[in-house]
Amino acid sequence: MIEFESVTKRYDDGTVAVDGLSLVAANGEITVLVGPSGCGKTTSLRMINRTIDVTSGTISVDGQDIASTDAVTLRRNIGYVIQHAGLFPHRTIVDNIATVPHLLGWDKKRSKGVALELMERVGLSTALATRYPAQLSGGQQQRVGVARALAADPPMLLMDEPFSAVDPVVRESLQDEFLRLQQELGKTIVFVTHDIDEAIKLGDQVAVMQVGGTLAQFAPPAELLSKPANDFVAGFIGRDRGYRGLSFVGAEGLPVHERSTVAVGASEDDVRQATGDDDHVLVLDTERHPVGWLPVNGQADISPERLLALGTTFTPAQTLRAALDGALASPTGEAVCVDGDGRFVGVVSHGEIAEHLQTAGRQAG
Amino acid sequence: MDWEWISSNTGEIGGLLGDHIYLAIVPIVAGLVVALVVGALGVRFPRLYPPIVALSSTFYTIPSLALFVIMPGLISTQILDPINVIIALTIYSASLLVRNVMDGLRATSPEVRQSALSMGYTPIRQLWEIDLPIAMPLVFAGLRVATVANISMVSVGALIGVGGLGELFTQGFQRRFYTPLLVGLVLSVLLALLADALLVLLQRWLTPWARLVR
Ligand SMILES: Nc1ncnc2c1ncn2[C@@H]1O[C@H](COP(=O)(O)OP(=O)(O)OP(=O)(O)O)[C@@H](O)[C@H]1O
Ligand SMILES: [Mg+2]
Repeated sequence: MIEFESVTKRYDDGTVAVDGLSLVAANGEITVLVGPSGCGKTTSLRMINRTIDVTSGTISVDGQDIASTDAVTLRRNIGYVIQHAGLFPHRTIVDNIATVPHLLGWDKKRSKGVALELMERVGLSTALATRYPAQLSGGQQQRVGVARALAADPPMLLMDEPFSAVDPVVRESLQDEFLRLQQELGKTIVFVTHDIDEAIKLGDQVAVMQVGGTLAQFAPPAELLSKPANDFVAGFIGRDRGYRGLSFVGAEGLPVHERSTVAVGASEDDVRQATGDDDHVLVLDTERHPVGWLPVNGQADISPERLLALGTTFTPAQTLRAALDGALASPTGEAVCVDGDGRFVGVVSHGEIAEHLQTAGRQAG
Repeated sequence: MDWEWISSNTGEIGGLLGDHIYLAIVPIVAGLVVALVVGALGVRFPRLYPPIVALSSTFYTIPSLALFVIMPGLISTQILDPINVIIALTIYSASLLVRNVMDGLRATSPEVRQSALSMGYTPIRQLWEIDLPIAMPLVFAGLRVATVANISMVSVGALIGVGGLGELFTQGFQRRFYTPLLVGLVLSVLLALLADALLVLLQRWLTPWARLVR
C-alpha cells in the first residue's frame, strides 16, 4: 500500500508541482494518475521512490514513512518503467533485464534464468536475449522495460507513460498484455498517463489531477464516468463519455426477445415457414449455437455460402458496449445474445439498446 | 636507397623503433588515466568544467618542442632525459582526451540516467557501469587522434636527443644520407597506421553495441 498524506512539492524555482495530494494506492491494484501535461503526475510518481524529495507531507509504503528508509534499498524494491524505456544501450537485452538482480548481487546464472523467463512472460522471444536495445522496435523495448522492472520480483511498480511512445495498435496490445500479466502477478501499481481512455481501461482506481498539482477526483473508472466530481473532470473525460460509459453497464437488463430461427440443414419449406415476413433468418446448429444470418428475399436456399457472418455475440454477463458493438456489426441491426455455453437466447436491436439506455439513464438520474 | 645500410643496422633501427613505441604509448596510457579522473570530476562538479576546458586548451596550444625544452626547468630533470618527453606528451594526451571524456560521460541520455537512478544505482557505480561504457566511443575517438599525434610528436623529441625514430631523421640530415631518413619516415607512418588499426579493433571488441546506435 502506498499512501500520500497532504503531499506538496515545491521546486527550487517556486513552481508548485503537487499541492496537498492525499490518496491511497491499494495493494494488488492499478492506481492510475491521469491529467493534463504539467499537472504533477511524474513528480508525484518520482516522490514515491525518492528520486524527488517531498517538500511537505508524508508518503508511506506499507505503513512506513519512506523518509526514514534508505533510498537506494527502497528503489531496488520498487520496479520502475518510463516512457522511452530508458534501456542501457551498451548492455544486451538479457543483461538489461537482469539489472536489479545484478545490483542486488545475485549470482549470474540465477539472474539470467530469471531474465529469460521474464522475456517469455512479457511476450518476447528469447532469441532476442543477446541483442542490444538499438536492435529492437519501440514496442519490444517497452516490453523489455517492463521485464526489467519485474526482474527482482518487487511488490510494487511505478510506470510513467510506459505505452505512450508506441503507435496505437501496439499500445493496445501492450495494454492488454499488461492487464493479463497483472492478473497473474497482482502487483501494487501506480501508473501515470495523460490518456483518459488508457486510465479507464487499466485503472482499478483513477486519480484525476489538474494543473497546480491538486487532486480533482479519486474514484473507480465507472464512478468517474457516471459521476464526474466537477466540470474539470467532466471536461477531461470528454463528450463521448456516454459511449465509454457503456463499458460499465451490464447487459443483463436488456429486453432480449425471440426471433425466427432455423436449424442447419432445414428444408426450403421449413425456412419459408419460419421466416414469415422477415427478410433474414438466424441459422442455428444442432446444439442451438448461432451460425449466421440467412438472407431470404424470395429464395429459401440454405447453402452455407449464402450465410452472412454473425458478427459478435454477447452474453448477459457482458456490457452494453458489447451488445451495441454486436448490433452495429449485424446485417439486421440485431445483436445476438447467447448464454454462457454459447447457446442462442434471443436478439436485441440497436434501437432497443438505445431505448434501454435512455430509461436506465433517467432512472440513474 | 641503401639496402646494405638497412641490413647492417637492423639492430639499431629496431632499438629506435622500440624506444619510439615506448615514448608514444606510456604518455597515452598515463594521459588517459589523468583524463578519466579529471573528466569525471569535471562532470560530477559542473563548476570545475570551465577551468578544465580552459586549461586543456591552453596546454594544447604550446608547441611541443617548447614544452620538451622547458620541461627540465620545471621538474629539474636532465635535458636529455626521456621523462621530459613522456611528461610533455602525457600533458598533451590528457588535454586532448579530457574533452572527449567529459563529452562522453555526458552522453548518457536523461532516460538512461533516470532509469539507472530509479533502479537503485549509486552515483559511483553508475559512473563505472553506465556512464563510462557509454562514453567509450568518444574516448576511443580521442585515443585514436592522440595516438597518431603522439607517434609523430615523439619524432620531434629527437631534436633534444631522446631516441625514437626521429633520430634516423637527424642522422640522415646531418650526413646528407637519405636512407635512414626514409626508413624512419616509413616506419613511423606504419607504426601510426598499425596503432590506429589496433585501436579500432579494440574498440569493436569492447563496444560491440556502438555501431548499432544512431
Ligand atoms: N526540476 C524541476 N524544476 C522546476 N520545475 C519543475 C521541475 N520538474 C517539473 N517541474 C514543473 O512541475 C510541474 C509538474 O511537472 P511534472 O513533470 O510532474 O508534470 P506531468 O504531469 O508529469 O506532465 P507531463 O504529462 O507533461 O509529463 C510542471 O509545471 C513542471 O514544469
Ligand atoms: Mg510526466
